[in-house]
Amino acid sequence: MPSSSTPAPTEPLLQIENLGVRLGGRQVLEGLDLSLESGVLCGLIGENGAGKTTLLRSILGLQRIASGTIRLAGGSVGKARDLVGYVPQKIAFDPQLPLRTRDLVELGLSGRHFGLPWRRRRYQAATKAALAAVGAEHFADQRLGRLSGGQQQRAVIAHALVREPRLLLLDEPLANLDFRSTTSLVQLLGTLVREHGLTVLVTAHDMNPLLPVLDRLVYLVGGRAATGTVDEVVRPDVLSGLYGYPVTVLRHHGRFLVLPDAPDGPGEMRHAGTELPPPSPREEA
Amino acid sequence: MFANYMLPTWIAASFLALAAGAIGYFTVIRRSVFAAHALPLSAFPGGAAAVLTGIDPMIGLLGFAFLGVVFVQQSSRLGPKDLAIGLLLSSFLALGALLLSLTGAYAPAVYALLFGEVLGIPHRELLPTAAVSLLVLAVTVLSFRPLLLQSAAADLATICGINRAGMEWLFLGLLAIVTATALPVVGTLLVFTLLVAPAAAAQRLSAHPARAFLISIALAELLVWSAIALSYWSNWPLGFFVGTLGAVLFVVLRGGGLLPSPSGIRARLSRRETSWHHGAGPNSGTRPDG
Repeated sequence: MPSSSTPAPTEPLLQIENLGVRLGGRQVLEGLDLSLESGVLCGLIGENGAGKTTLLRSILGLQRIASGTIRLAGGSVGKARDLVGYVPQKIAFDPQLPLRTRDLVELGLSGRHFGLPWRRRRYQAATKAALAAVGAEHFADQRLGRLSGGQQQRAVIAHALVREPRLLLLDEPLANLDFRSTTSLVQLLGTLVREHGLTVLVTAHDMNPLLPVLDRLVYLVGGRAATGTVDEVVRPDVLSGLYGYPVTVLRHHGRFLVLPDAPDGPGEMRHAGTELPPPSPREEA
Repeated sequence: MFANYMLPTWIAASFLALAAGAIGYFTVIRRSVFAAHALPLSAFPGGAAAVLTGIDPMIGLLGFAFLGVVFVQQSSRLGPKDLAIGLLLSSFLALGALLLSLTGAYAPAVYALLFGEVLGIPHRELLPTAAVSLLVLAVTVLSFRPLLLQSAAADLATICGINRAGMEWLFLGLLAIVTATALPVVGTLLVFTLLVAPAAAAQRLSAHPARAFLISIALAELLVWSAIALSYWSNWPLGFFVGTLGAVLFVVLRGGGLLPSPSGIRARLSRRETSWHHGAGPNSGTRPDG
């Protein structure tokens, strides 16, 4: 699977400096800095419209940036495209589509090649490895459109992995998944990082399901970001600065709930207490 | 039925079905069936103009089919795509009607353009028809993988570096060529069936992309051969048989989807698929379905 060769230790895999993006006259991202080494799982957390997808598209080179730089393994975005795998949001396949999981994964390698569509042996070996990496062997020969959402998600991840990227971007992979699929997908992301040395950047509007595997966090509000470990970022002072108004951070059984400050109380970190109702684990934004 | 004067029809239709089955496969995967309805109608005035001016019908048909491609491509800017294409269809049909009325052509000529004509292929058109069909088939096969990925998951194809607009032009261009070539034989109103029915049925028969592609071509051949034979014996229009047999093919082979069973539908379907790969001659369409 993905090559575990690491870049020079001084050189991060992904380096973003002072990134600014404007869309239709609106500043979608502003002054964003982010540096990711190999083998890091980073969450990109923010509400709808916070600029998460725009950031991913900028890293993919699909988005014109207004200011700043993005470097991948020391090179420019366009040249390093093969280093990046991308799992877009809401991929849904038509139930009648004559395409099996195996075919989609193989197309990750062969899809851009014109010529006689014979099966190549090297495609098959890589396809098999990618299917194994995401645990998709048992539905490899099923029609994509008849798989569950979680299985389709895994198929698309394998499609991205088969090109052996070093950085994997996932856009809201946990949206529309049930609890069990969410847990197993989060575990899968952890495995890809720990065992295959991949760097993963995953967007979510709720950070909680990702907490068990998260190394780093980018908290996006209105195009501006706070970056660091969970403990460094998910704090009332940091987030209040980001939101521009006081917020409270509730912590309960290792989960967080970020709320606008109650008018009568200060925005301070409170620890789990019996007086707090259990936070709803998957707050839909 | 295989008399000398029928030979060009058999040969031309066989080549046409190769191209129609191939491009129809991608038409259905892309869900571009509306374009497959729009292009024949936009080519129709080209046929009428050829009758009026005496130019080669192939040139008139191709020219107007490509005009249709441009309109289909641009139509999304005018508003909702179905609305724009719907209006486009009517205007082209109207133009064709005007051109035909100006020619004062015999009713049979009009009728043939709309509904097809067994003897629609004169000897001199045979070679161009075969060449164009083989060309379309070859281009489709050589771009099979990029077209498949782009048709099934456009977003993923973009990430792979496949040019979205380029693929759309390629697909619509091939579709226009097949349309213009098939129109004199099958008729304006029924090219659609030849493109869509075998491909849709084939998707049902196999989940394997290449096998579904081959089945689509095989079913297209079966469809035109049966239609020619029936048309020869009955003296009814070829298009009638293409249209009705195509619909029957679609309903019989995709019928399972119309009758959902309460449980185990997935297991049943996958079992059916594996057993159909082998025995599934195109004739297996008469199976009882539940």
